[in-house]
This record gives sequence, structure tokens and C-alpha cells, in this order.
Amino acid sequence: MRDVVIAGIGMTPVGEHWEISLRSLAYRAIRAARQDAGGLQPQALYVGNFLAIDSSRQANLACLIADNAGLGGIEAMTVEAADASGAAAFHVGYLAVASGLVDVVLVVGVEKYTDALGPEQESAVAQAMDYDYEVMQGLTLAAQAALVMQRYLYEYRPPREAFAAFPMLAHANAVTNPYAMYRRAVSREAYERAEMIADPLRLFDMAPYADGAAAVVLTTPERARDVTHPLVAVRGSIGAIDTLALHDRPDPLAFEAAYHSVQRACEMAGIRPGEVDLFELDDAFSIYAVLSLEAAGFAERGQGWRLAEQDALGLRGRLPILTMGGSKARGNPLGATGVYQIVEAALQLRGEAGANQVPNARRALVQNLAGPASSAFTHVLERYSG
Amino acid sequence: MEIPRHWRLKQQRYALVGEVCPHCEEKIFPPRDVCPYCGNEAKTQFTFSGRGTVFSFTTLTEAPAGFEQAAPYTVALVKLEEGPVITAQLTDLGDRPVEIGMPVEMVTRKIRAEDEARGVILYGYKFRPVMETPK
Repeated sequence: MRDVVIAGIGMTPVGEHWEISLRSLAYRAIRAARQDAGGLQPQALYVGNFLAIDSSRQANLACLIADNAGLGGIEAMTVEAADASGAAAFHVGYLAVASGLVDVVLVVGVEKYTDALGPEQESAVAQAMDYDYEVMQGLTLAAQAALVMQRYLYEYRPPREAFAAFPMLAHANAVTNPYAMYRRAVSREAYERAEMIADPLRLFDMAPYADGAAAVVLTTPERARDVTHPLVAVRGSIGAIDTLALHDRPDPLAFEAAYHSVQRACEMAGIRPGEVDLFELDDAFSIYAVLSLEAAGFAERGQGWRLAEQDALGLRGRLPILTMGGSKARGNPLGATGVYQIVEAALQLRGEAGANQVPNARRALVQNLAGPASSAFTHVLERYSG
Repeated sequence: MEIPRHWRLKQQRYALVGEVCPHCEEKIFPPRDVCPYCGNEAKTQFTFSGRGTVFSFTTLTEAPAGFEQAAPYTVALVKLEEGPVITAQLTDLGDRPVEIGMPVEMVTRKIRAEDEARGVILYGYKFRPVMETPK
């Protein structure tokens, strides 16, 4: 397999982009990534998207996006793994370049969440779960996270307020991220006062769904030799699944797909999970951030919440997470989230994260989940040094 | 409308018909083509008792399409006495607080409002607290 590097990155601000269409939103991220990559001509486009076929009534989205972006004639397809679609598309892009079949790949994650509204959109997002046996019982992704959180509180008895640290950290980091949806800090009081979504899950335990697009250009180090900014190497790229339905797991608090994908991605990169400078984990729900820390081996089972208390997870802590605000404060553009995480980690490794810079960031672990880690894609990224 | 799909699931929705693996004898619900315990094909029907306990639960306020009229409602993970865990709404709770470990039993209820004008009402399993029988 060939070495693969990220030669260009681009993204749009996350938010409610009523005035921008699905195709134009994708194009804005593509244009930025291509400019950053200094004129490399993509030969294939892989699109990460979750909702377009339902909410925007658009199938063959990758054809539309490539066509609209002036990339006629190239290979293009959409990769779908619910809210892990972004990382899944990036994984396919990695495989295409690593295999030797394609020299320059464009990956774009895009979501137009606001193309549908209210209960209809709640239903569309719920399709990440088992339709016959979860959705038909009236379950939503938030209620599913609440079932996990309720059980975690019962089994491990952490203080309920311990979860506040995750949205508070995300919001604190988003203040200086110009692409974030919510650029303001939240207080513990605001967390505790917020409305109940699905007991015990409150408003700030859930990342807000939003519109956004992020893109990367992947190629070989040789093809990227004229790029003037630092390159980021993809050292590990692994997906894994658990049962789709939460109820089918012997232990619903184990996040086994997250565990396996971290183990194998780190093995591929020749490192231990602890040998990273930051961990862009998936905080679609605060409980999932906690369980991801435990599954990756950064905390014992039932103890993940303590890392936040020990202040280990801030930009200058020993394991910075959610460095640009995470899904909670950057916003959660579902099928685009995995590509945002990659772009944000690349900014850190290039030393271009501004006020959010993790000092001397050389290596990052990046993980995107579908629902309660029904699918998990984990990447190990490194600053490329030849 | 998804009439064939709902029709296909009637044994599961109305009677909790799952499977018992002919190879390792584990009980399976919902039905699968391959037994998750031993990896062999599982095709022998098994009807569950409908008795279980609450493994986890939540009460939702923001419901998806088709469930708006029912909101707020309580969804639980119910551990069936034969082993499997299933997702189902709790019903007939009255003022009773729900607790993990609470005994519950299956009942048949309307589960989703379909296109009312065409008259299709979807029924399926929900679970209610086990009634205490006087001795």
C-alpha cells in the first residue's frame, strides 16, 4: 500500500444555511480544499452524506456534486454509514489512493439538515437505527442515547452533573473557531437549567444537528511535493461495526466497535492509543464522549467522566479532545461530521489551529460514530515529515 | 404506506415470535438469519412469554413523525425472561415511577398512527407493569 497524505482541506461554517443548496454547500468546501491543495486535479470524488435521499429527495448525490463542481467524467459515489458517513467516505478515499488505483481523490462530507423540519426530520435521522425494531417503537437517536446514559448512571453511579464538563469544554473551545455554530461558553448553571430532551438527557447533552460541508484532497507524498503547507499523513484507517440495534448487545455500555477500530487503527500505525497528542472523538451525545474515552482505553469502564474532572481534556491537558468545539458547539452536520473532524485534526497537525492550537501536535486519533457506535471509523493522522 | 412490511412483521408484533437456535439452543428476538451466539443458521420459531424486566428507560418529549400524538411517552429496553433484550414502549403506567429492574409484561397496543384517512392502524407490542394478583 502507498503512503497517503492530506494535501488540501476546506470547510464551510456549520449552521442553518437556509439560502444555500445541498450542491452549493458541498461546492464551497470543495473549492476551499482544492485551493488549499494547489491545483491537484481530482480523479475521484467520494461523498459522505446521511440524509439527502430522504430529506432532499436526492439520490446519486455524488454525481450531482461532481457535475456541479465542474468535475465531469470522474468517478463519483456516495458512501453512507448514517452519522459516520463522513469518516466512511474518507476511509474509501484513503483506500483508493493507498491501493494505487487513484492518485488524487476528493472527499466531501455534506449535510443539509434544514431541508426538512420537525417530526419529519426527526424520523429521517432515526433511520440510523433498526427501523423494524427500534424506530417502530418511537425511538429517536436522542432517546437511544438516553437509554445508554440511564443505564450508565445506574451501573456506575457517577454524579449526574459530571456530564456537564463535556459540553462546557466543547463550547469553551468553539469560542475561537470561526466555523463553529455556537461560539459562546456555557455555564454549569445553564447546563443544569436546560430542558429535558429524554430523561436523563438534557439539551446540552446533545449536539445540535445542522448544515455543513467539509472536504479534503488525498494524494501521495510525491504528487503533493509542490504543496507549500505541511502535509498530514494517514497512518491508520479502520472501520468496525457492532450490532445495529442497541438492544442486541450483551453489554450496551461497551462500545465494542469503537474499541476494535481504535485498536486496529493504532496497530496499523504502529502506535499505542496513548501515543497521540489529541483525540477528536465523537460527542454527538455527552455520554458517547465518555464511552468513547473508555473504549479507546483512556479510562477504566465507568470512569471516563473523571478525565474531564481532572482537567486532562483541555487544549493544554494530556489528552485534548473536541479541540475546535466538537459536534456539541461546532454543530453536528451528521454525514459531514467525520470530515470536519479530519479537517480540524489536520489544522492542529499543520500548526494552523490559531487560538485552539494544541502545543506541538504531531499525531491525532480521530473517531466518528454512527449512533451508539453501531459503526465506528478511526483514523490515525500524523504530521508528514518525509 | 408500508403494508407488506408491516404484514411481514405481524408474528413478531402481535405474538413475540422469535427463534430458538437448533444448534446452541439460545433464544433469539428479533429473528435473525444467523445465530449471533454460534454462527449457524437459526430458523426454528420460538414464542416468547412476554415477561421481562426493565433494563433501561427514558421518556421522550420530541417525537418523530407518526408518534407526535403519543408524546410524551416512555421507551424502555426490556430484558425478556428468556434472555434477549428488546426496545419497546411502556404503557399503563399511571402514576407509577419506572425503575430499572421493574417486572413488566407484554400487551398489544396501537403503536403508530399511519395515514388515518386510509384507515390503517398499526398494532404491536408494548409492556406494562406486572399486575399484582391478590393471593
